[in-house]
Amino acid sequence: MGILIFMTNDRYELNKNLAQMLKGGVIMDVTTPEQAVIAQDAGACAVMALERIPADIRAAGGVSRMSDPKMIHGIQKAVSIPVMAKVRIGHFVEAQILQAIDIDYIDESEVLTPADDAYHIDKTSFSVPFVCGAKNLGEALRRIAEGASMIRTKGEPGTGDVVQAVRHMREMNSQIREVAGLRDDELFEKAKQLEVPVELLRSVHDNGRLPVVNFAAGGVATPADASLMMQLGAEGVFVGSGIFKSGDPAQRASAIVQATTNYNDFDLVARVSEGLGQAMVGINENEIALLMAERGK
Amino acid sequence: MSDTKAHLPLVDAAGDDAGSESHDVGDTVGHDSGDSSRVIGVLALQGAFIEHEKMLGKLGIRTVEIQQRGDLEQHFTGLVLPGGESTVQGKLLRDLNMLEPLRQLVAGGLPTFGTCAGLLLLAKHVEDGDTHLALMDITAKRNAYGRQLGSFFTHAEMTGIGTIPMTFIRAPYIESVGKNVQILSEVNGHIVAAQQGNMLVTSFHPELNDDLSVHRYFVNMTESGHSLDQAADIL
Repeated sequence: MGILIFMTNDRYELNKNLAQMLKGGVIMDVTTPEQAVIAQDAGACAVMALERIPADIRAAGGVSRMSDPKMIHGIQKAVSIPVMAKVRIGHFVEAQILQAIDIDYIDESEVLTPADDAYHIDKTSFSVPFVCGAKNLGEALRRIAEGASMIRTKGEPGTGDVVQAVRHMREMNSQIREVAGLRDDELFEKAKQLEVPVELLRSVHDNGRLPVVNFAAGGVATPADASLMMQLGAEGVFVGSGIFKSGDPAQRASAIVQATTNYNDFDLVARVSEGLGQAMVGINENEIALLMAERGK
Repeated sequence: MSDTKAHLPLVDAAGDDAGSESHDVGDTVGHDSGDSSRVIGVLALQGAFIEHEKMLGKLGIRTVEIQQRGDLEQHFTGLVLPGGESTVQGKLLRDLNMLEPLRQLVAGGLPTFGTCAGLLLLAKHVEDGDTHLALMDITAKRNAYGRQLGSFFTHAEMTGIGTIPMTFIRAPYIESVGKNVQILSEVNGHIVAAQQGNMLVTSFHPELNDDLSVHRYFVNMTESGHSLDQAADIL
């Protein structure tokens, strides 16, 4: 394994590159090796290994932590696609553990109970890649400055309500359009307003996009939700509780995968939406007491 | 075809010089606009297909995205099978009834370039995995370097091209090849690029770096026949 010694910069590029390979795909939450196999067979481009899916985390309450490494190992053995897992915001030791067990991607996630109410993990000190949630451009660029190599919306997990993912994706892309239209000499003030490094803001200005891949996450429960997020500019979709809280997980998962690929073909989205059975029941944004998206700004 | 051939090489060898590259893009587009024969199809089901479209665009090549069976009826003279997850792409090819028509196109001689997952789609044999188009006489090993921590970047020699940057992301390699397959590159004793007639595969991702030479090599395959020697002459 002598091959593993690199300049940090190369490693960060490789980590951004893995996210590029996931584009156009669906990343599914799974809690067992059996679910992981169902997800892979249905066309998941990666799985997120966790002990409880967000809907159950929300229902159970209490402190929610990184999953048991043994359970993650079981899932790593069961599938050939990348395996991701979540750590609490700021809990760099949980991240060190996941790196030690050769995880493919770490999600520093607001879905778990935050371990640090001031600091996120310094992700630049890790070799494994990180994905982080962001509601807007400021949060996204702060996470990227900390070393995140992929971004996702912070749609409210475990609700089956897509409204927040939609709000975050619209906000992000509207801010990107605004930054792209600024004069060069206006970037310094904008960086100050957004509380982000001006170099990252300049990259957004010059390229008209985030410097890393941006997925939709939170509340996606149907093929139509997936197509909605892709049409709003997501480069791929995370589906958490939406699949294994539904009537027929394999069929729903496969339908969401097809709707993500051909999100502009409404005949196809209509066809795969037929007869999927019961979607997760869901709860509305204004019915929940805990807004996880407010964690970690 | 000899007319288009005369325009090659389109871009200076130093593809990693961003400045000269953007200059060349402008030149190339101006030069070739109106030449509708230069179209390459890019399988756009999942993964890094936009990156291939951008590379081909820099070479003045128009691309069409292949997302459905009907897209296969468009005119294109070459096909790129991009990186991504081969399990996802293989499943979508079946769900969308594209596997068989695509296999017929490639088997019929359509120049085809598979990177990473695309290599796995073309392989006749995949160790511990399903086969898909199963046309190229190679045995591939999936995730051969391990998980993401095994992903790496290096420079190495590719026959007919020279030393190029190579990015390996959870990459496969080729364990063995049939007698009609020409090995084009080996890294650390493993085969990472090969060609069999109209099929070119790399286990690394030339679309992730600035160097256009592998794409130019493939474009030459689409324009001057797929003979290795002809392509090498132009390069």
